[in-house]
Amino acid sequence: MARITAGVATSHVPAIGAALDNGRAGEPYWKPLFAGYDLSRQWIARRKPDVAVLVYNDHASAFSLDIVPTFAIGCAASFQPADEGWGPRPVPVVEGHPELASHIAQSVIQQDFDLTIINRMDVDHGLTVPMSLLFGQPERWPIRVIPLAVNVVLFPPPSGRRCFELGKAIRRAVESFDEDLDVQVWGTGGMSHQLQGPRAGLINREWDNRWLDRLIDAPEALAQMPHIEYLREAGSEGVELVMWLIMRGALDAKVRTVHRFYHVPASNTAVGHIVLENAS
Amino acid sequence: MALEKPYSDIPGTVIFDADQARKGYHLNQFCMSLMKAENRARFKRDERAYLEEWPMSEDQKLAVIARDYNRMIELGGNIYFLSKLFSTDGKSFQYTAATMTGMTQEAYAAMMLSGGRSPDGNRRIGEAPAREASGKEGK
Repeated sequence: MARITAGVATSHVPAIGAALDNGRAGEPYWKPLFAGYDLSRQWIARRKPDVAVLVYNDHASAFSLDIVPTFAIGCAASFQPADEGWGPRPVPVVEGHPELASHIAQSVIQQDFDLTIINRMDVDHGLTVPMSLLFGQPERWPIRVIPLAVNVVLFPPPSGRRCFELGKAIRRAVESFDEDLDVQVWGTGGMSHQLQGPRAGLINREWDNRWLDRLIDAPEALAQMPHIEYLREAGSEGVELVMWLIMRGALDAKVRTVHRFYHVPASNTAVGHIVLENAS
Repeated sequence: MALEKPYSDIPGTVIFDADQARKGYHLNQFCMSLMKAENRARFKRDERAYLEEWPMSEDQKLAVIARDYNRMIELGGNIYFLSKLFSTDGKSFQYTAATMTGMTQEAYAAMMLSGGRSPDGNRRIGEAPAREASGKEGK
């Protein structure tokens, strides 16, 4: 049987991808950031998961304003890196897992989560930057990926509660898949940041860290947080954090923190990263 | 019934909601078109002519030509769509964010390095300003 073994969450700032792609990861500005992922890179190289359900948001790359799905699951065999305006990132093609993805779609729709099915989609920095942070610059990505795109661009995104419950539904779906697979769920985006208007540059270190504490120990209560608190405290783009709750919902109530990292700044953004394993 | 907007008192912030998305539909779709290299080339050759192909308002077109990002956002633009425009110009998110705050890019980058803009004094319009001197440029 397939099983969910761990959760990974990380910010997905595009400048991190650009720093890596342009050979600037060793510069003083970026070095401490990449060093914060060393332990996770070693951890994942040891764990060798088969598949990641990678929760991220599309940044007007695959989805224009013509169609804005709240939750969309990628069921294709592969996903090309998107051209976001400066050419696609020089990263490997992302290989999917169509059988497990379709199984998850069918299972969670039957659990009342009406996912949009995507059979052709390019994936942008929201998905590829977390891959780069955990795997560096390989010829080929060492895991297969099921993209789960969440709308956090057009307000309102789904509620934290809905995201947390979707995580639980994904877990039930994975655990009813016959093939023996080690599956992780990744949540990406955040932490506090605002990219627009005169309030751009907002960072809330204290709030971010309290949010991380609660993600570990009190996720059910954290999932009740209304969007307005994210917007006020963590900036207009900080609301991306609801995606981390899908990851957390897929894990046990009690988890073990393998690694936790927080860093300011990456361009406009506070970077948060956490690796959790089921305690049992 | 009107949409509930509890976020309308956040200073210096436009939330991209259904009303904004309706206003900005063509502006944002124009930005999306710049994801294709041939469109970027055509736009760079003659911006005005390229913009004429889109049923955008004159104000939106002028804001694009002026690269006035605050104005584009006010007129329904969303930063992730607008990123295709500043990427076409070879500009970064940080450069563009700085222009929206009215700070120089150097001053903005320095603010970020010193921990970013504090939320204190920036949660609500009319809130008492924070005590420290740095990073409070939001209005």
